[in-house]
Amino acid sequence: MNKNHRVPSSRSLNAVEVKSKFGAEFRRFSLDRSKPGRFDEFYGLLQHVHRIPNVELLVGYADVHGDLLPINNDDNYHKAISTANPLLRLFLQRKEEADHGTFGTDSLTRKKNTVLSAVLLRPDHNKKKPPVIISLPKDFRPVSSIIDVDILPETHRRVRLYKHGQEKPLGFYIRDGSSVRVTPQGLEKVPGIFISRLVPGGLAESTGLLAVNDEVLEVNGIEVGGKSLDQVTDMMIANSHNLIITVKPANQRNNIVRSGVGGGGGAASGSSGRSSDSSASYYGYSSHSAAASIPPHIIQNFPVGELESDEDEEDLVIEAGGEAEPIRHMASNHSMSSLPRYEPHLNLRTATTSTFSINTNGTLPTSGSSSSLSNIKATTPSPDRAMERGSLEEDGTVITL
Amino acid sequence: MRAFLEVGIVLYTLVSVLGSFVKTVEHGFPHQPSALGYSPSLKLLAIGTRSGAIKLYGSPGVEFMGLHDENAAVTQVHFMPHQVELVTLLDDNSLHMWTLRGHNGLSELLEIGRFTLTGPPGVTAVLAHSSGELLLLGTEGGHVFVVEVPGFRELEERNISLDQVSSRNLEHVEALQENPVDPDQVIIGYGRGLMVIWDLEKKLAIQHIPATQQLESVCWTEDGKYILSSHSDGSYCRWMVGGQDMNEEEKSDIPYGHFPCKAISKIVQLPTEEGPPFLLFSGGMPRASYGDRHCITVIHGKTHVALDFTSRIIDFFVIRDGPQRTDPSALVVLVEEELVVIDLQTEGWPIIQTPYLVPLHSSAITCSHHVSTIPLKLWERILAAGKHQNAHYSKKPWPITGGQNLAPDPPQRDLLLTGHEDGTVRFWDASGVCLYPMYKLSTAGVFHTDADPNDNMNQGTEGEWPPFRKVGCFDPYSDDPRLGIQKIHLCKYSGYLTVAGTAGQILMLELNDEAAEQTVEAKVVDLLQGQEGFRWKGHTQLDIQEDPVMFPAGFQPFAVVQCQPPAVVTALTLHSEWKLIAFGTSHGFGLYDYQQKNSVLIKCTLNPSDQLAMEGPLSRVKSIKKSLRQSFRRIRRSRVSLRKQHLQEANARLEAELAEMELAPVQRKIEARSSDDSFTGLVRTLYFADTFLSDSSHNTPSLWAGTNGGCVFAYMLRLPSVEHRADEPVTAQLSKEIQLMHRAPVVGIVVLDGHGAPLPEPLEVAHDLARAPDMQGSHHLLVVSEEQFKVFTLPKVSAKMKLKLTAVDGSRVRRVGMAWFGSSRTEDYGESGLLVLTNQGDVHVVSLPHVKMQVQYPCIRREDVSGIASCVFTKHGQGFYLISPSEFERFSLSTRCVVEPRCLVEAPLHSGCSNQHQSQPDGASSTHRYINLEVSLMSRLSWIRTPN
Repeated sequence: MNKNHRVPSSRSLNAVEVKSKFGAEFRRFSLDRSKPGRFDEFYGLLQHVHRIPNVELLVGYADVHGDLLPINNDDNYHKAISTANPLLRLFLQRKEEADHGTFGTDSLTRKKNTVLSAVLLRPDHNKKKPPVIISLPKDFRPVSSIIDVDILPETHRRVRLYKHGQEKPLGFYIRDGSSVRVTPQGLEKVPGIFISRLVPGGLAESTGLLAVNDEVLEVNGIEVGGKSLDQVTDMMIANSHNLIITVKPANQRNNIVRSGVGGGGGAASGSSGRSSDSSASYYGYSSHSAAASIPPHIIQNFPVGELESDEDEEDLVIEAGGEAEPIRHMASNHSMSSLPRYEPHLNLRTATTSTFSINTNGTLPTSGSSSSLSNIKATTPSPDRAMERGSLEEDGTVITL
Repeated sequence: MRAFLEVGIVLYTLVSVLGSFVKTVEHGFPHQPSALGYSPSLKLLAIGTRSGAIKLYGSPGVEFMGLHDENAAVTQVHFMPHQVELVTLLDDNSLHMWTLRGHNGLSELLEIGRFTLTGPPGVTAVLAHSSGELLLLGTEGGHVFVVEVPGFRELEERNISLDQVSSRNLEHVEALQENPVDPDQVIIGYGRGLMVIWDLEKKLAIQHIPATQQLESVCWTEDGKYILSSHSDGSYCRWMVGGQDMNEEEKSDIPYGHFPCKAISKIVQLPTEEGPPFLLFSGGMPRASYGDRHCITVIHGKTHVALDFTSRIIDFFVIRDGPQRTDPSALVVLVEEELVVIDLQTEGWPIIQTPYLVPLHSSAITCSHHVSTIPLKLWERILAAGKHQNAHYSKKPWPITGGQNLAPDPPQRDLLLTGHEDGTVRFWDASGVCLYPMYKLSTAGVFHTDADPNDNMNQGTEGEWPPFRKVGCFDPYSDDPRLGIQKIHLCKYSGYLTVAGTAGQILMLELNDEAAEQTVEAKVVDLLQGQEGFRWKGHTQLDIQEDPVMFPAGFQPFAVVQCQPPAVVTALTLHSEWKLIAFGTSHGFGLYDYQQKNSVLIKCTLNPSDQLAMEGPLSRVKSIKKSLRQSFRRIRRSRVSLRKQHLQEANARLEAELAEMELAPVQRKIEARSSDDSFTGLVRTLYFADTFLSDSSHNTPSLWAGTNGGCVFAYMLRLPSVEHRADEPVTAQLSKEIQLMHRAPVVGIVVLDGHGAPLPEPLEVAHDLARAPDMQGSHHLLVVSEEQFKVFTLPKVSAKMKLKLTAVDGSRVRRVGMAWFGSSRTEDYGESGLLVLTNQGDVHVVSLPHVKMQVQYPCIRREDVSGIASCVFTKHGQGFYLISPSEFERFSLSTRCVVEPRCLVEAPLHSGCSNQHQSQPDGASSTHRYINLEVSLMSRLSWIRTPN
């Protein structure tokens, strides 16, 4: 909203200059602003000037805010003509090739950064056949990432595998082994856990971030030292919906070099180039106990809540009539209130859920008199436990899937 | 609804109600016993085991235990005559001196010294001299060393070397015995057969007795006039003592002769006040026909009995009483799996029931169930039923009476029920230190089995030789594995018992004080509910006896449910107030109304893609067998083909293959659980609760079921009013289904009332034994999975709190139980807690209702999978687990409920030297085994709630 609306300055001009782009070709022509005609005439004109009479088209134009908006009926056609300023830029696409995938939902949040070259279409609400093309969350769900580059020693790599919602198996095996550590007493052989096999086509293999013989150092922030193979297996499976493993890669040549020398090819998520203080001392914290004590910059980069993000672990409750409802999370013992990570996923839900998603952003509902709220407060033994979300449950409607 | 204080006015209080973790006592029979000793003056029995433990038992409740630091088997135990010391010999050739030292009015068993003979020859025979100051040690080399005790000082000048006795090689010293009438004379028996009577004072041999057969044991008769020797060919000889060159044996006999016999390993002859002496010996059976029997023969006058034991004989001794303490009164036999005591003074030599050391594993234990605070009425009825069964036992009191039991009377009556492979359920008095058998229930009578009902223990036919008599109750062979008991639930208020077994059978039993003939009504329940594509390849269901069956007084079955397919029952619960039982298998669960005797609900939980659950257990066994067979065949084939050629080469290759197999690393697959995993439909837990299932104003009866796939089903039950209970049907309606997203098996479901306390057991409130649950506040549902503890609100199931276990430390929940922790200081204060045993063998206490981890103790070794699986928690913060097939270890987490031996043993009167070791520095002693981990300060934050 901080950008002023620019009113078309030359309303007096009768002609609207049109620049129409189809593929690599441009056509320029003009229209009468006072008599734009109907949309189907306009559509025929476009097919004619581009000499593509039998091609089904999607027509879009750039509005004053730089958003790409569709023209598919008389109303938005007239609107486009009336707001042309003075040039009306059209973008034509073949219908069958039309890219629905990058469809925006909320221009307000994006309006600043919308790049015109991005082909975005927004369906109008009164279109006859609305293409239900709000793309599925899986289309841009992350698969894996390297995180905490700035707080880990350069020889280590923290990889996050997003299993949730994927059909792909995690697909790797671990084994016992021994690794050599540098201790004050010299080199010492210590038992360790190693990746022993990657399943072809599995998530672990497809990311390219894990390899056979990589030593596993941590699972979701918990060091595996001193734990048996079975314990580590159980930890990984228990965290499989959001598995974060810190490994010491067997191949150390692909490490990320932070000091800006070579510019290694990695997805550096960290914002800053902090390096020296971050080696071993901070990296072995355990997530649940150290939440308060870890330095602030670590929280910045790798919030503890994210470690145990629970929202993708919603249990499913089916009520008697066969209706199903994901259990909305109120709190967990260890984690801070965790923000929903997948916005699009939430948007698929009905209204109740969106209230929820707003409320989870830290704001408490004002209905403080709700008895369940005081109930929960009274039973909360420690203030750092995030109970705030609990009160939403009181009489929420059942969500049907 | 405002059950709690306003936010902000919150009180913290420090509570240390849970004090410590203590392993208190071991119940049952020691695993792998290897030595037996007895002190007639202390009246204490000592048993040494192959794992180096030494256990002392006196009168019931008097128990001591010690553990040698060396992990070596105890081969011999000898009490020092008339003292409180005992000496143990281990198979690493070390000798250890133990004493019972008084401390705070109680005795404790302490090791006070150890000794190893210098030089290689091993000790083969030990004689604790009656002076109490000497030990004679016979060795492999044939020398006898004399050692002064308790200091273990070798008296070199008194040693009896082989060349002082004979110039021949006589092999090792097999036996050492003291002359009962002249302590200066000892007899040394050598392996080759020669025996020498040696005078310790004069240091010379008095007499040589030239037996020719390999010597097994020597016995000097009470009057000192004769020596009995037993030999490896099954013979024994009697020799006269005295005459200078009386080298003739007076009498020689092979009692089970003609054909070659096995060795007589020990022989004892004891006189009686009047009448003929007792002759007892072990072994000597004809090798070919009865070489596999474990027998002790007792001959008294014309009576001759070969006691036939079910396991190997370790050792035996005879207890004597009467005015002169000469008459043999009881024969105590330690066999590998039990202790048998035979009353020698009552006609027929009946067995005296042992108050401790009972073989828990007489048939393998398959499950256990603990019930606390049994009402006196039920207790007495069970005891009475048990008395009927024990009619064949001797009426004599327990003859081993040493020591005083100073433990206070147990505060409550506790029952431990064990289910066994042969279909029996045994009821044990678990209130005190002695796990005393009360009653035994057999469920086999309900079914047709292959077992011959007339298979009596004493089937000795007239004129049979040797005259066998079966003794002992250890009988590990099950006639039909389908009879095995898997789940038990007893309602202590109503006396209803339900047990479930391996072949999907569920029995409802009722306590009846009279024997009665009953026709058991059977109901077959099809848990598949039309599920297609199923083929059960497991065992068939048991056949029910259709005719009325006579049941003895005690628990008598009146209804049987048979699951179809007949898979093992994995969950069982009983609600005696509603008269319902719920049961589950790997295919589904059912609800049965035992008043109307019909089934109310059947739910199939099977996942159609789950092949393993569909086929049943046997197919997997088959495949293992098959693969074994194949690998054997492969090996044989390779051997046959290569025999002609290079056998060595083949062996080398085999070895290399084996080595490779060992070197191949153990891998673990990391994969998220999916709904297609095997056995996701297996029902792990069932729970009845009267709670708010559908709306927050009306509580209704409900049934909850949790599966292996992390699914919880909740059914609302409608029960007719009391007056119509018998004719109107009970109905169940699915109300909720919760799928835990982490899909870990659900191992426990509990509903917490408005105060955060678990709902009481059925009928508990009706009997005024529990506070009525708070029905005003909101109830909560606690779901315990193998990985997490989760609290949900009710009636609307939304997650409220959780505790992740596996994600944080990699351990998984194996056992879970609710416990009430009473404070040891104030009588009426206490808290409920959740006891959790993990697959790492750790015990955790989790507070309720906040599910916060409170304390953690190491309890069982993580490798001890069967120990972890056998663990059972009591309602008062104690627990039991099997440390061997035959022994329960008892542990306590509560400061108020600790059951441990407290006993005192005083030195015999005519011994003046019992206290001389008290000045020994403590450094030389070591107490063992009892781990006592004190928690210094438990900073438990608890929130005080006040009603508003």
